[in-house]
Amino acid sequence: MATDISKIHEKSPWQDITPGNQIYGAGTSKDFMTGEWRTQTPVLDAEKCTQCLLCTPVCPDSCIPVKDMKREDFDLEHCKGCGICAKACPFGAISMREGQ
Amino acid sequence: MGIRERLSGNEAVAYAIKQINPDVMPAFPITPSTEIPQYVAGYIANGEIDTEFIPVESEHSSMSATLGASAAGARALTATSSCGMALMWEELYVAASNRLPVVLALVNRALSGPININCDHSDSMGARDSGWIQIYAENNQEAYDNFLQAYRIAEHKDVRLPVMICQDGFITSHAVENIELIEDDKVKAFVGEYNPENYLLNAEQPMAVGPYATSPYYMETKKGQREAMINAKDVILEVGREFGAMSGRSYGFYEGYQLEDADYVMVIIGSAAGTAKDAVDILRDAGKKVGILKVRVFRPFPAKELALALQNAKAIAIMDRAESFSGEGGPLGTELTTALFHAKSTAKVVNYFYGLGGRDFRVENAEAVFEEIASKDNIEPYQYIGLRQ
Repeated sequence: MATDISKIHEKSPWQDITPGNQIYGAGTSKDFMTGEWRTQTPVLDAEKCTQCLLCTPVCPDSCIPVKDMKREDFDLEHCKGCGICAKACPFGAISMREGQ
Repeated sequence: MGIRERLSGNEAVAYAIKQINPDVMPAFPITPSTEIPQYVAGYIANGEIDTEFIPVESEHSSMSATLGASAAGARALTATSSCGMALMWEELYVAASNRLPVVLALVNRALSGPININCDHSDSMGARDSGWIQIYAENNQEAYDNFLQAYRIAEHKDVRLPVMICQDGFITSHAVENIELIEDDKVKAFVGEYNPENYLLNAEQPMAVGPYATSPYYMETKKGQREAMINAKDVILEVGREFGAMSGRSYGFYEGYQLEDADYVMVIIGSAAGTAKDAVDILRDAGKKVGILKVRVFRPFPAKELALALQNAKAIAIMDRAESFSGEGGPLGTELTTALFHAKSTAKVVNYFYGLGGRDFRVENAEAVFEEIASKDNIEPYQYIGLRQ
């Protein structure tokens, strides 16, 4: 039986943690909300953004979705707040705000 | 009726492995356990079993490969001693936390340093907190019998923990004794096939093994391990009873020898229990009410059961074959004393260290321990047997 990854989070009781932390089933990382690890949050200034898309490939968690050659807002359910996108942006369009 | 044979402890365990025919055995040689993979490799070369033998470059690798094979879905094992086990230290904890039901044939030998190849329990006792089940043998028969029970305990769905089957280096591993082996078909029926519900080679259901656990997950994972260890207690007893029904030799957490009415009890692990039993026979003939409690299962530690078995003892000698340098007592000494404290025991307790690095432990040594705890009131509670001073 596949693991219901949505039941495994920072508030789960020990009984819900699978034995050996094993995860059954594939493609489960999209259901694992790593956004709750975040202590800093990226904020996009749309006016400064030139849609150069340099931020998208550097995100380790694929949290900057692109549609029709334009980036959309951050996927904050998975963004861990690492700040790499803010460093990569040549136009200062991404800033890091303290907190979730 | 089984098959009467005479085998060394290493031969007996290798024979058990042959009868189980596990899927994968990675191993690296180290005295005194070397013969186990050597004999198994012989069985494989002769076509008697189809176990995949993996020669590796170290014990770090032998345990890593064992864990990899187990995660893939195989019934896997390895063998080692002393510093070999020390080199697998990292993987010991990984085996337990990943809940991989592997078996380690451990032949107890003193850890370096100073370098020494003889028996004590410093290797396995050092690993007592690694999350492995630990079962100890007094003699070749028990080493064989314990090994046949290991996978039934490890693979049980409520347990899923690695199991270490320990025997004393040279004393048990290399001494040839009479032994009663069980017929192949009975062993196969008893041990059964390993059919894990989930395994890495299952194409129908991919899985992840050993993911990173951040601090909000680590403690809950440890609690899960602890529950499995507690669950193992019932499983160990059930498997021991079932083994008894098959072979005539039942097993529990401990063996009592003249224990029931004993005023003065020695608690001991491994081959030295046999020596101590001779001392009990001599002292019983002289009318002394002495007995032995031989601990078979050290992990999970059967604290309540041992305290209950010792409730009528006036004085208890707890025998440790490993120093822990706490300055207060050894592994068995401190844990059993804790158990006695919680059971509100008022017995006099003395923690003796014996047999370190293979130092002889003789019948007269055991007699002297009984004499001391029976006759003196103010005994140094933490002392060595046979120390020159």
